Amino acid sequence: MKKLKKSKQFWIFISSSIAAYAIVQALIMVGILDDFYINTIVFMSINIMLAVSLHLVIGITGQFSLGHAGFLAVGAYVSAIVTMKLNLPFPVAILAAGVMATIAGLIIGIPSLRLRGDYLAIATLGFAEIIRIIFLNIEYVGGAAGMQVDHLTNWTYTFICLFATIVIIVNFTNSRHGRACISIRENEIAADAMGINTTYYKVLAFAIGAFFAGIAGALYAHNFYIIQPVNFGFLKSIDILIYVVLGGLGSLSGAIVATILLTIVSTFLQSYPETRMIIYSLVLIIVMLYRPKGLMGTMEITDYFKLWRGSKGGSKHGQ
Amino acid sequence: MEWLQQLVNGISLGSIYALIALGYTMVYGIIKLINFAHGEVFMIGAFIGYFCIAGWGLGLFPALVIAMTSCAIIGVVIERIAYKRLRNATRIAVLITAIGVSLLIQNGVIYMRGAQPEAYPAVLANKSFDFLGVQISSQSILILSVSVGLMIILQFIVHKTKIGKAMRAVSYDSEAAKLMGINVDNTISATFAIGSALAGAAGVIFGIYYTKIDPLMGVIPGLKAFVAAVLGGIGIIPGAMVGGLVLGVVETFVSALGFSLWRDAAAFIILILILIFKPSGIFGKNTREKV
Repeated sequence: MKKLKKSKQFWIFISSSIAAYAIVQALIMVGILDDFYINTIVFMSINIMLAVSLHLVIGITGQFSLGHAGFLAVGAYVSAIVTMKLNLPFPVAILAAGVMATIAGLIIGIPSLRLRGDYLAIATLGFAEIIRIIFLNIEYVGGAAGMQVDHLTNWTYTFICLFATIVIIVNFTNSRHGRACISIRENEIAADAMGINTTYYKVLAFAIGAFFAGIAGALYAHNFYIIQPVNFGFLKSIDILIYVVLGGLGSLSGAIVATILLTIVSTFLQSYPETRMIIYSLVLIIVMLYRPKGLMGTMEITDYFKLWRGSKGGSKHGQ
Repeated sequence: MEWLQQLVNGISLGSIYALIALGYTMVYGIIKLINFAHGEVFMIGAFIGYFCIAGWGLGLFPALVIAMTSCAIIGVVIERIAYKRLRNATRIAVLITAIGVSLLIQNGVIYMRGAQPEAYPAVLANKSFDFLGVQISSQSILILSVSVGLMIILQFIVHKTKIGKAMRAVSYDSEAAKLMGINVDNTISATFAIGSALAGAAGVIFGIYYTKIDPLMGVIPGLKAFVAAVLGGIGIIPGAMVGGLVLGVVETFVSALGFSLWRDAAAFIILILILIFKPSGIFGKNTREKV
């Protein structure tokens, strides 16, 4: 029964997302959505990919990484090199970005995942800064002035990548590996004692997170005409972190909802950058003070439906 | 004598890092929080010093005292408003609050006065002394004497006074300290006050040394001071001083060797090497995590 429900949920998700794709695509074709809206939607999707990939690292595995912008930078620069310098097609660039970001994730993850908590956060922050400084000093990719990139990202590419990210990460979370990761989040020492290879799962989650951040980086780079090391600093990592934390650490739908809300808010406040950051930081502080687990905690949207149905007389445990 | 010259420059820079790192290390030692807003307190200190010197025409030492006092108050206010509620929350929640406070202060200052940099007024005649063939500017001497003086005062406070004893007790075991009648909340506030005052002083002398301040200046020195604190062993006061000096000297030598663009990377590479090979820092002892 449970399996049937799961698969039903899965098909509902697939069909609704394909419908969403079709609707947006139709609106673009008809011309109702102009460039501004298309851009916002694409930007939102990239942010969702980043948030979901970081959610796997922080929310599911409980490893506090502050260096997600580093993987974004690797993906962006690698994809830009593949399309602009090697003249290969865009899908190859996306794949290369993901693979290189995974390699970066492994290089960063294997040594630093022996650290815990705050130390890991600082180490990943340091690694991300080092990545940024490396790109700043390589003349081949333009140094501080940045690199010219063609505008290749469109709604179809974005949707396919976003869809793949969500499906893979949801399935990973629900698999045996995902449960191992959750047990590490809950209590690492206990998980270790129960025979879970904590290092392996931490590195695995880190590498998967880095892979999708790299893909998001490829889309990010080709959504603008120029990429600069400045775009991938500490603040970008914080931005991504805010999406995850605000939605609720451990809640994938929470991260998505928070990303959508914050992207809309920041798009509207674009002309007042200081006000935007003040509101951002105030929201962050207030949410942390009054709801330290984030807006949705570890609940998913589907859990709310279950609660709602449960209160209408159905048994809560009748699944 | 080139290397000796660089050593002097490195020690001047390093003592600024050391002053900021002391605040980090004290706060971390007592409530296990990386106070990301510390770099912003440093920035505010620099601005208060600027307003005292350029706006009201005060001398250097009154400006230093005013900056330190105001930063101490700001530090306590931050602690009371943002961190006190979160004493028993998860580490991630506290760290994110600290990041939020840091962003709020930065952007609050930008909102009030704009992001443009400000030129620090010259308060000292730019004399330099010749010592063993090394040019030591009066600013370097000032920085060194102010930081050494403050560190001696800090050592005195921590080791000889009642509040220092309370701070050491709370950082050792806050539950036991509470049972022994120590007011933990006041002790934590005192720690924030002292750490923030040191950051404020660092801000003023940073302004005098670099002659340019802006609202985002706190980020990189803040991170590097944290690196210095980790390098020396976080929570250990002499460790922060040594870590700051080592970091300053290494950074100056990296720039002197012609890799000035890699200077910031050097600090983070040191950080990662330290974290991988000796996470407890130079002065730290290894402790096993209890189950």
